[in-house]
Amino acid sequence: MALSTELATDFAALAAKYPERRAALIPALHRLQAMRDGWLSPESIEDCAEWFELEPVEVYAVASFYPMFHLAPVGEHVVGVCRNIACHLRGAGRVLAEVENATGAKAGSTSENGRFTVETLECQGACTAAPMIVVDGEYIENIDPAGVGEILGGLE
Amino acid sequence: MSGHETYLLDRTRTAASHTLEVYRASGGYQTIERVLKQPITPLEIIDEMKASGLRGRGGAGFPTGLKWSFMPDRATDQRPRYMAVNADESEPGTCKDRVLMEEDPHGLLEGCLIAAWAMGLEGVYIYIRGEYLECHRRMQGALDEARAAGLVGSDILGSGFSCEINVHPGAGAYICGEETGLMESLEGKRGPPRPKPPFPAGFGLWGNPTTVNNVESIFNVPFIIERGAEWFKNIGVDTSPGNFLCGISGHVEKPGVYELPLGLSAKTIVEEFAGGVWQGRQLKAWIPGGSSTGFVAGSLIDTPMDHNSIKAIGSMFGTGAMVILDETACIVEASLVLARFYEHESCGQCSQCREGTQWLTQILARLESGAGTLEDVDMLEHIAGGMTPGKTICALSDAAAIPLQVALSHFRGEFEAHAGAGCCPVTDQSKVPVTDQSEVKAQP
Ligand SMILES: Cc1cc2nc3c(=O)[nH]c(=O)nc-3n(C[C@H](O)[C@H](O)[C@H](O)COP(=O)(O)O)c2cc1C
Ligand code: SF4
Ligand code: FES
Repeated sequence: MALSTELATDFAALAAKYPERRAALIPALHRLQAMRDGWLSPESIEDCAEWFELEPVEVYAVASFYPMFHLAPVGEHVVGVCRNIACHLRGAGRVLAEVENATGAKAGSTSENGRFTVETLECQGACTAAPMIVVDGEYIENIDPAGVGEILGGLE
Repeated sequence: MSGHETYLLDRTRTAASHTLEVYRASGGYQTIERVLKQPITPLEIIDEMKASGLRGRGGAGFPTGLKWSFMPDRATDQRPRYMAVNADESEPGTCKDRVLMEEDPHGLLEGCLIAAWAMGLEGVYIYIRGEYLECHRRMQGALDEARAAGLVGSDILGSGFSCEINVHPGAGAYICGEETGLMESLEGKRGPPRPKPPFPAGFGLWGNPTTVNNVESIFNVPFIIERGAEWFKNIGVDTSPGNFLCGISGHVEKPGVYELPLGLSAKTIVEEFAGGVWQGRQLKAWIPGGSSTGFVAGSLIDTPMDHNSIKAIGSMFGTGAMVILDETACIVEASLVLARFYEHESCGQCSQCREGTQWLTQILARLESGAGTLEDVDMLEHIAGGMTPGKTICALSDAAAIPLQVALSHFRGEFEAHAGAGCCPVTDQSKVPVTDQSEVKAQP
């Protein structure tokens, strides 16, 4: 799979912001991941490497350093549960249990029906609205564990 | 202590405060216009910043004006120069920069422009943590508006001065909040910090002179230049002037981000602003300024929130992000939560940090489960001592060790009570008070 014209145009626009093309790599990986099912496949890494004139292993080395990049397929929805200090103090343990229960996926895995990937997160900068979860990148703050099932069940 | 002077969050109380129209209506961009037209010379601005005594709000409290003066002289050094605004905001407990970027992005841009003029910058990059999608959208929106209005780009407001500003997303690594890790990341690489020296002012982004400042630091700049260093110094305390954004979270009735003068007592903040410890419970411990500053005993809550006062009680002011723990919280369990975080975020370059964070996590997990021993408590102290101070390339190792050292100095008895207890003697998992949902529901 080669980069679509749309993505190549996006990458060029990103790279124009910097004196060196490579600086656009992380923004470009975000874009690529968003366009291709929420994860970076070996083909995606290769496509990206080609555009940046890097070795695939260099791109892989970067992608694997950053927790927001997924290097394995993910479910239709990615649900993250913050378990750092402020969320921990306000019930993150219960929230995680409810999320695992509602999705049928343990933290760090994808449900058998492929609908949900569940992950634990470190502090998301929403501590004054703890506990919180992140669903497909959007924050859901002050979450009531009892309402978790309804929120996740209501997703498309 | 209500009724204190405020300025940082004033505009955020207006509807659509993130738009250029509303920003302009409140006098926005008039300071940069005056600076460029009058003009106020770069040297005068740096002197004013120095005179103001503003200390960086990113954690280390370094004087901002002094940092700016480290940039090499243009006459002898022709290299392009940059500023990276640190909007990585990943120190657990901290969520203040987010408010500024979401609600008042033009305020940050005006600060960037003044800094750019003062240091003669070609470019400014605002490095926003990847998860902050709304900040990214708001900053990009503000940038587009400002560019269209001739405030960003070439020949700003017809002054002949040009500066590019761009936003750049991170991707979830805490270590990229460390200033040299941030620069590596901005260059499109993995984020292990660089050894210092060389310092960023001499060798920063793409090997060029670079200044790294926190969002809130830069946000203060237009106010200082508009109202003067004397005005600024009248707020707060001599050694830490100004207001700061205090994010207070954990076991309080009204968690939130409050704008407060430096030097206000932590007790006043908890009781008068955050509504007190929740559910009428007793205060057990508090973190003064983000996870790296440790669990301090509740008995010290009278301490003023400023750099020197918090240092005097063996902790640090850090990011001013207070986390409150009530009497039901277990310090060993809370220490484990933080240790696990630092283990996860260590970049692995330095053995003290890489191994130390793993060992601390393993031992704390053993203690928390009730299977640890008294020797484990000594071992924690020993390992933490090997990780700090200043033994590693960056301060993450210290950030991991210090909270534990602080916790041990205030709560050693609680650590020892876990040894051989067979379960956590504080929370006793069968009762699960720390994560009991009734607590969450009871919040207003
Ligand atoms: C591990 C680590 C993480 C850091 N994370 C942040 C951060 O998220 N935001 C920030 O502004 N500073 C962070 N810092 C501090 C920066 O290195 C730097 O001191 C700061 O951005 C300078 O800005 P200031 O002088 O305006 O405070 C971190 C430091 C360390 C050691
Ligand atoms: S102290 Fe830790 S995070 Fe910092 S450079 Fe060394 S290993 Fe990496
Ligand atoms: S601890 Fe969960 S958002 Fe900060």
